[in-house]
Amino acid sequence: MDFFGRLTLDSLPFYSAIAASGAGVTVLGGLSVVALITYLGAWKALFGEWLSSLDHKKIGIMYVVVALVMLMRGFIDAAMMRSQQAVAFNSDGYLPPGHFDQIFSSHGTIMIFFMAMPFLSGIINFVMPQQIGSRDVAFPFMNAVSLWLTAAGAGLVLISLVIGKFSTAGWTGYPPYSGPEFTPGVGVDYWLWAVLISGIGSTMSGINFLVTILKRRAPGMTMFRLPLFTWTVFVAAILMIFAFPALTVACVMLALDRTLDFHFFTNAGGGNMMNYINLFWLWGHPEVYILILPAFGVFSEVVAVFSQKRLFGYISLVLATMAIGILSFTVWLHHFFTMGSSETVNSFFGIMTTIIAVPTGVKVFDWLLTMFRGRLIFKPPMLFTIGFLVTFVIGGLSGVLLAMPPVDYLMHNTTFLIAHFHNMIIPGVLFGYLAGYMFWFPKAFGFKLNEWWGTASFWCWIIGFYLAFMPLYVLGLMGMPRRMEHYDIAAWQPHLIVAAIGAFIIFLGIVCLGVQLWVSVRDRRSALDVSGDPWNGRSLEWLTASPPAPYNFAVLPKVEAIDAFWDMKARGVAYVQPKEYEPITMPKNTLIPLLVGGTAFVFGFAMVWWIWWLAVATLAFIGGLVIFRSFDDDPDFTMPASTVQAIEDRRYEQLAKHPANEMADEPGYAGDPSPDPLPEGAR
Amino acid sequence: MSMASATDATLVHPGGSPETEEKAFGFWIYLMSDAIIFALLFMTYLVMFGNTAGGPEAKDVFSLERAAAETFLLLMSSTTFGMASIAAARADRERVVMWLVVTVALGLGFIFLEFSEFRGMIAEGAGPSRSGFLSAFFTLVGTHGLHVSIGLIWIVTMLAQIGMKGLSVPVLSRLYRLGLFWHFLDIIWVAIFSIVYLPGLL
Ligand code: HEM
Ligand SMILES: [Cu+2]
Repeated sequence: MDFFGRLTLDSLPFYSAIAASGAGVTVLGGLSVVALITYLGAWKALFGEWLSSLDHKKIGIMYVVVALVMLMRGFIDAAMMRSQQAVAFNSDGYLPPGHFDQIFSSHGTIMIFFMAMPFLSGIINFVMPQQIGSRDVAFPFMNAVSLWLTAAGAGLVLISLVIGKFSTAGWTGYPPYSGPEFTPGVGVDYWLWAVLISGIGSTMSGINFLVTILKRRAPGMTMFRLPLFTWTVFVAAILMIFAFPALTVACVMLALDRTLDFHFFTNAGGGNMMNYINLFWLWGHPEVYILILPAFGVFSEVVAVFSQKRLFGYISLVLATMAIGILSFTVWLHHFFTMGSSETVNSFFGIMTTIIAVPTGVKVFDWLLTMFRGRLIFKPPMLFTIGFLVTFVIGGLSGVLLAMPPVDYLMHNTTFLIAHFHNMIIPGVLFGYLAGYMFWFPKAFGFKLNEWWGTASFWCWIIGFYLAFMPLYVLGLMGMPRRMEHYDIAAWQPHLIVAAIGAFIIFLGIVCLGVQLWVSVRDRRSALDVSGDPWNGRSLEWLTASPPAPYNFAVLPKVEAIDAFWDMKARGVAYVQPKEYEPITMPKNTLIPLLVGGTAFVFGFAMVWWIWWLAVATLAFIGGLVIFRSFDDDPDFTMPASTVQAIEDRRYEQLAKHPANEMADEPGYAGDPSPDPLPEGAR
Repeated sequence: MSMASATDATLVHPGGSPETEEKAFGFWIYLMSDAIIFALLFMTYLVMFGNTAGGPEAKDVFSLERAAAETFLLLMSSTTFGMASIAAARADRERVVMWLVVTVALGLGFIFLEFSEFRGMIAEGAGPSRSGFLSAFFTLVGTHGLHVSIGLIWIVTMLAQIGMKGLSVPVLSRLYRLGLFWHFLDIIWVAIFSIVYLPGLL
């Protein structure tokens, strides 16, 4: 056994110009971030206030930063695939097959695990505790550990570009191809350990969110007064807790097959590869809903605020969310109708899949009816919401088509499927998160994002989306398989060129996001959110200051209705300063979670390269850190009442100087909150 | 009778503060998630039961005596842990320490038996890489063993904390969650005994 396991100098990417430049960009990107922080002299602030923070708001923001960085990386992969396929008719294009395979694998893995999941956890972390009137999540320390485990997984995917190669087995890693017999190198192991380490973080996040919602609600915040976003988080958290174990089990078994010569999924030796596929999708389908339910929650908040109406059909939305949560565990086999189940089994899963469309349809109607006779204000979050509604329905229809096993027999593994799930996941998931990002950004930083660039970004995203993915439906019907590196059918090429143009327009949408951020930071003084309530909001997160004080609420709000904050404004009690304050206890900062994540990263690296001594050492170190922390009986500090008073006095001073309602000048403004909540459908 | 109910109350609400209750509740949820892991491992074991690839079958490699001895040790350790919890509810520090030490000894005995079982099987050519069936067996039983080992480290940690801090509220709260963990492992073991060893031998 070598000291460095199977790691040698040959693992550096000098064997190919493209691989080397990918590595170069990664390394340079990392170095320039380091240089920038040094230049700004921000190391101390970075560690002292951010990386060591247990504040759910900061953790949420850091998650979103990870997500946005990984969105870039995932998009670069997508752009490479799109340009390769645009030129690879009767030619090899510029990507050799092995490299192309790595790219679709890393694109899928990154987008699902390291873009969508962190984005989701970030928004939940930032918003949910405020929505329920809480000062933090139930377990702030564990929350930070989740963040750093996710980051460790993302780091493993990134470093695979520099040292060794990434998996070629797709984002699903199906055996036997992903087994040791057919794919011996380190690629699949990178995939496995990245997914496993971040998956443990996600399970812990699920537990954290669930306990927070059940135990940390403000007085009067009954379950049926929860804002809809929080409801969707509640269901998504349950799915996380019960679905992620399946992914963990599948990945551990595959890792055992690969490293210790077990026979779970091998061809010979009594393996059963269908077991992997069942386990993977037993997680995989609920995962789809973990991603999309909170996005539905965002849309529900946005649509009500910018229609200036109460959400239509609150109860039906809650019930539909729960129904989707339960049904999501009964459909996993639709991912492999063609893999030899009997027609009875296939019919069952086909029918269950179609049934899921029903609660989803209920939601779509509720959103439409919320807009019906509302006074719509077309801010960027609302644009993303409307774009979602229109586009998502198309994706849903193609999904119902694929739910029919005979149809699926024709379409599976074609670009029709690629079109279908991007049609769900870009408008459904990503638009939701982008809407949430623009909606809650003022809450996080105290100023609004530039609307012009936000609107431009929206139009690029949606036009780009249609151009990039509608041709794939056609190509699928023409029989083009997914994951094609090159092809010799002339009729496909025009469609692939259109798709590449679409991807380019999406790229412009991403550029607009960047410009929007830059312009907004530059001009922040002209777009300050002084009141903390930039949109005339309805739920409790708009009651706090923007950015919120570390404790969110100096005094826990008393909730008396759905749309708690709207109700408080209507009753004129939202901005009444209490006479005196009490001291507030909050968790102290600590670097232990960051250390746990960093060590988990090294552990993953050691497992990938079979550096056993290092794996044992890092694991023991993590154990040591946990034990060390468990001895700390005093992880909190108490902010004295006088400090709270000072912070709050400043806030009320500012509130007095400015009119509280920042939306009042908006054309189409429908009037101040009135004591009677608007009846459903009224003008 | 009245004493028993007082004890129960203290056991259910360790320390009684909302925070420790929250932690206990979160731990319950973690255990449910962990239970899913075991459920999937059991399922895999049942699916793989016949996949012996011409290698040894269950009846060739399991020994009822050893499994019975393991069961005895683990069930006893659960009982002694229960005694420790009762002592903790009565704030009887010395007895808590004593029962925890007994629990560790029983747990170590269990791990020792399991370890020698595994070693013997591997030496006989019935290791996890022999067949799908054995892979599933080692993974299921090994995962439980891993949990027990972690539980033992946890108990030792708690002994240190009791030594340093006494039966303080945070210590009691941790002890309570450790109890949940330890009894949970017992339940899993009963399932292993009745799903893996008994049918494999009968
Ligand atoms: C931003 C624009 C995007 C573009 C242009 C794009 C493009 C592509 C392309 C070209 C493929 C390969 C299709 C094939 O196999 O022939 C692909 C696969 C995939 N994409 Fe995207 N994608 C985008 C966004 C996303 C997002 C947001 C997600 C998820 C959150 C996602 C998840 C996936 C997955 C899971 C695969 C399958 C990977 C595999 O085959 O293993 N994509 N995408
Ligand atoms: Cu599915």
